[in-house]
Amino acid sequence: MNAAFHLFPQSASTAATHYDTLFLALILLTGFVAFAITLLIVYFSIRYRRNSRADRSEAPVRDRRIEIAWTVIPLLLFLGTFAWAAYDYAQLYREPPNAMPVFVVAKQWMWKLEHANGRREIDELHVPLGQPVRLVMTSQDVIHSFFVPAFRIKQDVVPGRYTTIWLTPTKTGEFHLFCAEYCGTDHAGMRGRIVVMQPSEFAAWLQTGNTQSGMTARGFELYRRYGCSGCHEAQSSVHAPDLHGLLGRTVHLSDGRTLVADEAYIRDSVLLPKKDVVAGYEPIMPSFAGQIGEEDLLAIIEYIRSTGDEHARTSQ
Amino acid sequence: MHARVSDIAIPDYLNEDWSLKSWLTTHDHKRIAWLYMVSITVFFFVGGAAATLIRLELATPQGDLVSADTYNRLFTAHGVIMVWMFLIPSIPSVLGNFLMPMMIGARDLAFPRLNLASWYIYVLGGLFTLGALAAGGIDTGWTFYTPFSTMFSNSNVILAITGVFILGFSSILTGLNFIVTVHKMRAPGMTWFRLPLFVWANYATSIILVLATPVLAMTLALLAAERLLHIGIFDPALGGDPLLFQHLFWFYSHPAVYIMVLPAMGVASEIIPCFARKRVFGYRFMAYAILGIASIGFLVWGHHMFVSGQSVYASMVFSLLSFLVAIPSAIKVFNWTATLYKGRITFSAPMLYALGFVGLFTIGGLTGLILASLALDVHLTDTYFVIAHFHYIMVGGSVMAYLGGIHFWWPKMTGRMYPEMWGRIAALMIFFGFNLTFFPQYLLGYEGMPRRYHAYPPEFQVLNILSSAGASILAIGYLLPLGYLLWSLFYGKRAEANPWHATGLEWQTSSPPPKHNFERTPTVLRDAYQYDPQTGTEAPQ
Amino acid sequence: MSEAMHAAQFDSAAQQEEAATLGIWVFLATELMFFGPLFFGYYYGRSHFPDGFAAASRHTEVMLGTINTAVLLTSSMLMAIAGEARKANATRLATRMLLLVAALGIAFLVIKGIEYRHEWQERLFPGAGFFFPEHQHAAAARMFYFLYFGMTGLHALHLTIGIVMVLVFALGLSRGARRFANAERIEVAALYWHFVDAVWIFLYPILYLVGRSSG
Repeated sequence: MNAAFHLFPQSASTAATHYDTLFLALILLTGFVAFAITLLIVYFSIRYRRNSRADRSEAPVRDRRIEIAWTVIPLLLFLGTFAWAAYDYAQLYREPPNAMPVFVVAKQWMWKLEHANGRREIDELHVPLGQPVRLVMTSQDVIHSFFVPAFRIKQDVVPGRYTTIWLTPTKTGEFHLFCAEYCGTDHAGMRGRIVVMQPSEFAAWLQTGNTQSGMTARGFELYRRYGCSGCHEAQSSVHAPDLHGLLGRTVHLSDGRTLVADEAYIRDSVLLPKKDVVAGYEPIMPSFAGQIGEEDLLAIIEYIRSTGDEHARTSQ
Repeated sequence: MHARVSDIAIPDYLNEDWSLKSWLTTHDHKRIAWLYMVSITVFFFVGGAAATLIRLELATPQGDLVSADTYNRLFTAHGVIMVWMFLIPSIPSVLGNFLMPMMIGARDLAFPRLNLASWYIYVLGGLFTLGALAAGGIDTGWTFYTPFSTMFSNSNVILAITGVFILGFSSILTGLNFIVTVHKMRAPGMTWFRLPLFVWANYATSIILVLATPVLAMTLALLAAERLLHIGIFDPALGGDPLLFQHLFWFYSHPAVYIMVLPAMGVASEIIPCFARKRVFGYRFMAYAILGIASIGFLVWGHHMFVSGQSVYASMVFSLLSFLVAIPSAIKVFNWTATLYKGRITFSAPMLYALGFVGLFTIGGLTGLILASLALDVHLTDTYFVIAHFHYIMVGGSVMAYLGGIHFWWPKMTGRMYPEMWGRIAALMIFFGFNLTFFPQYLLGYEGMPRRYHAYPPEFQVLNILSSAGASILAIGYLLPLGYLLWSLFYGKRAEANPWHATGLEWQTSSPPPKHNFERTPTVLRDAYQYDPQTGTEAPQ
Repeated sequence: MSEAMHAAQFDSAAQQEEAATLGIWVFLATELMFFGPLFFGYYYGRSHFPDGFAAASRHTEVMLGTINTAVLLTSSMLMAIAGEARKANATRLATRMLLLVAALGIAFLVIKGIEYRHEWQERLFPGAGFFFPEHQHAAAARMFYFLYFGMTGLHALHLTIGIVMVLVFALGLSRGARRFANAERIEVAALYWHFVDAVWIFLYPILYLVGRSSG
C-alpha cells in the first residue's frame, strides 16, 4: 500500500475519472468565487477605509439590475452543476449487464465477501482490471458503509435489505477499503483492501484458496437442506410457486399488486413469507427468520438465479 | 478611576438589585440573556474540552491517547453539547433575548415569565445531558442512527435523549415568544420593512424553532420506545426501517443548521453597516433571502442521505432543492460585500469578526455546493470534507458572529468597553487558528479519511498534525475573550449610550439600559441603517 | 366594568389579548408538528398494509370510541359556552360549564382506560407479549397498535393537561379570582381544548372505522 503522503488520492476506476473532472470544475468555479469575494472585501476595505480620500458620492444601497443578475447567474450555474452531477450519480446506479457479482456481508467489525464461484474473502476484495464488478451488500447488524476512496464510490450497507453499487477498476494495485458509517467501538478498525489484478492473474487466483463449491452448488445444497425443494418442486403435493427462473419474472400478488422478482423479494419471501403472497396461493409458507444466515441466503438466491438460465434453455 | 458599576446612582437593569434571588426569579429579558450567556459559556468549554481531547488523539495515526470507546463517547459529547447546548441557543437566547425588545421599541418580550421558564427548562435539559456524560457518556454520535442506538449501544442513550428532548422545549418556547413579540409589540412607526435585519433573522429562526423542534422530540420519543419496548419501528430485525429514522431525524436537523446560521447573518447585518457607515445594500432582498433560507431549508433534508439507500429519484429532488437554498445565501454574501463599496470603513473588533464571518461562511457555503452535487457527495460524504464544511459554517460562521455580536453590544449590556487591542488580537488569532484547524480537513476528506475514526492510515498524519496545531491556536483565541471580557466588567472604560454611533433603537437608551428599556415608547421615523458614508454620521430610527 | 389592566410589557389590554391569542395559535402549530410524525407513520403503514390495518382496526372497541367522540364533542360545545359566559361576566355559569367540561374530560379518560384494559387483556399492546389472531396481518397489526397506543396516549396526555387547566380556572373562578381566570385566559384554554378535540376527530375514523364500512 502506498503509505507516502500525497495530496490527491489515486484515481483507479472509471467512475473516478468522471468524478475528478467534475470535482476539478467545481473547485475552479468555487475557488474563483471565493477568491473574487475575498479580493473585493479586501480591496473595498482598503480603498474605502475611513481616512482614505476615495469618492463616496452616490453610494448605492440598491440596484435591481445587479441584484437580479447575481441571482439569476448563480441559479443557472447551479442548475448546470446539478444536472452534470446528477447524471454522473445516475450512472453509478446503472449497472452494466456483464457485471461480475460479488456478495458482501458486513458485520461489526469486518467485511465478509464471496465471489460467485464460492471463493471467500475477509476484509479483502480481489477484482480483475477492466471488468465491471457489481456488489450486492447487506449487513448483519447495524448500518455500515462500503467506501473505496480510490474508486470514488461509497454505499451504505443496511441491515434488512440489499444495496448495490458497481465499479470498473482501471489500475492494478492495492487500495484502501474503509467503513464510512459509524458502527460502534471498532468502526475505525473496520478497514480492508481492494486488490486489482490483471484478468489472467485474477482468474488463477479465483480458482485457488478454499476449495469450496461454487455459490450456486452450495445454494442448491442449502435449498434442499432447508426443505425448500420439499414444497417448491413440481413433484411436491404442496401447492407452492415454482421458483425456476424466478429472478426477473413479473409476479402477481394476492392483494392485487404486481412486482418484478429481485434478490430483495426472494429474501423477504424467505424471512417474511406473509408479506408478499403470490396470487392463487395460500399463505402457508413458514418463516425462516433467524434460521438462515445472510451468506446462505445469498447462496440460495444464486442457485435460483442459475435456474433462470436452465429455464430459458429448456423452454425454447 | 476604576469606578464600580454600583457607585453610579442611575438605576439600570444591572444595579437595581444584585441579589442572587433577583437574578434567578427575574422576568427581565436582559437578565435572562445573561443567565443564558453564563450557561452556554460553561457548556461551550465542556464541548471544547472534548474537542481538545479529540484533536490530541488525532495528532498520531494510532489510537494511543484514549480507547476506541472513549473516543466514540468524546465525539458524541462534542456534537451533542455544541449543537444543542451551545449553538442553537447562543445568538437567539443571548443576543436575541437582550436586543429584540429594544430593537423594536418594546419594554420586554410578550411573555416574560415564559422566557424565564425557557431558561430553567434549558438548564434542566443540560443537566440531564451532563448527567448522561457523567454516567459514562453515550457512543452513538450526535445523530443517533438506528439500529445502533436502539439495539446495539450499551451506553446511556435514554438519559441523553431525555436531556435533548427537554432542551427542545426550551427552543420551542423561546421561538414562540419571539414570534408573538415581533408581530404584536413593535413601536409606532416600526413597520416590517423598517425592522433591523437582526430582528428578521431571529424571527425566521423562531419559525423554524417552533415547527421543526417538535419533530425531533417525537423522533427521540420513538427511539426511546424502540429501545425500551423493542417495538420494531427502526430496527429491521423487528420489521422496522432504519431509513425512517434518518428521514425523521434530518427533517429536524437540517432546518436546525439554519437555526444556527440565520441569527449569525442577522448579527453581521448589524455590524457591517455600522462600521462601513453605510446602509446595508439591498435591504429588501436581504429580508426576503432570510425568509427564503428558512422555508427552502425545510425541503432539503435528504441531502444527508444520498448514499443511504434512498431512491435515486429522491436524491435528485433533494440535490436540486439544496442548490436552490444556496441562492439566497449567495445573495446575502454579495450584499454584505456591496455594502462596503463606497463606505467609510473602520476595523473594530466586531467588524473583524463580521468580515471574518462573511469570508468563512462563503467558503463553507461553496463547499456545500460541492456536497450538494450528487456524484461528488458519494465520495465526500461521511469524510472529513463534511466535517470541514460544517465547521466552516458553524464555527467560522456562527461562533465568529456570536463573538462579534458580544463585542458589539458589550457596551450596551454592561456599560463598559472591552479593551479594543485585545479584541482585535483575539479576532485575528481565532481567524487564523480556525483556518489552520479546518482547511486541512477538506484535503483529508478528499483524500478519503472517514469521519469518527480515532485511528487512521499513516498517510493522513501530516494534515492531521496541521489541524491539531491550528486547534491549539484556536483554543487560546477563545480563552482570550473569556479573560478580557471578565476583566472589563470591573476595569473597563465606561461606555456612553451609543459608543459606535449606530442607528438602532437599542442605542437610543442608556448603557446599560434601565429595567424597562425606554423612558417612553419611542416612535420610529426612519428606515434602518441610516448611515451617511460621505460624512460618517448616522440618523437614528 | 371590564378589566383594563394589563401586564407591564404591554401598552394596552387589547395588545395583551392579541398577543395571548397569537401565542396560543403558534403553540398549537407546534403541537401539530408534534402529532405530525405519528400521522405520517400511520399514512405510511396504511398505504403499505391496507388489509392489515383494516383487520387490526376491527379489534378496537368502536362502541366505546364512538361514545368518547360524543363526550369530547359535547365538552367542546360546553367549553365554547364557558368562554362566552366569562366574556359576558356570567361567572357562575362559566364556572359550572368549566366544571362540566372537566368532568366530561375525565369521563373520556375513564372510558379510554377501559378500552386500554381490554386491549391489554387481548394482548394487543405492542410489547413482547403481542399476539394477533389473524397471522398474516400480525406485522401490520403490531404497527397499527403501536400507532394506536402512541397517538391516543399522546392525545390523552394532552387532554389531561387540558383538564387540569380547566379545573384550575373553574376552582379559581368559583373563589372569585376574576383577574386570574379572566376572559382572555379562558379563551386561550378554550382554543387549546378545541385543538385536543380536533385531533380526536381525526384519530377516531382512522383508528376505529377502518374496515368497518361493510358489516
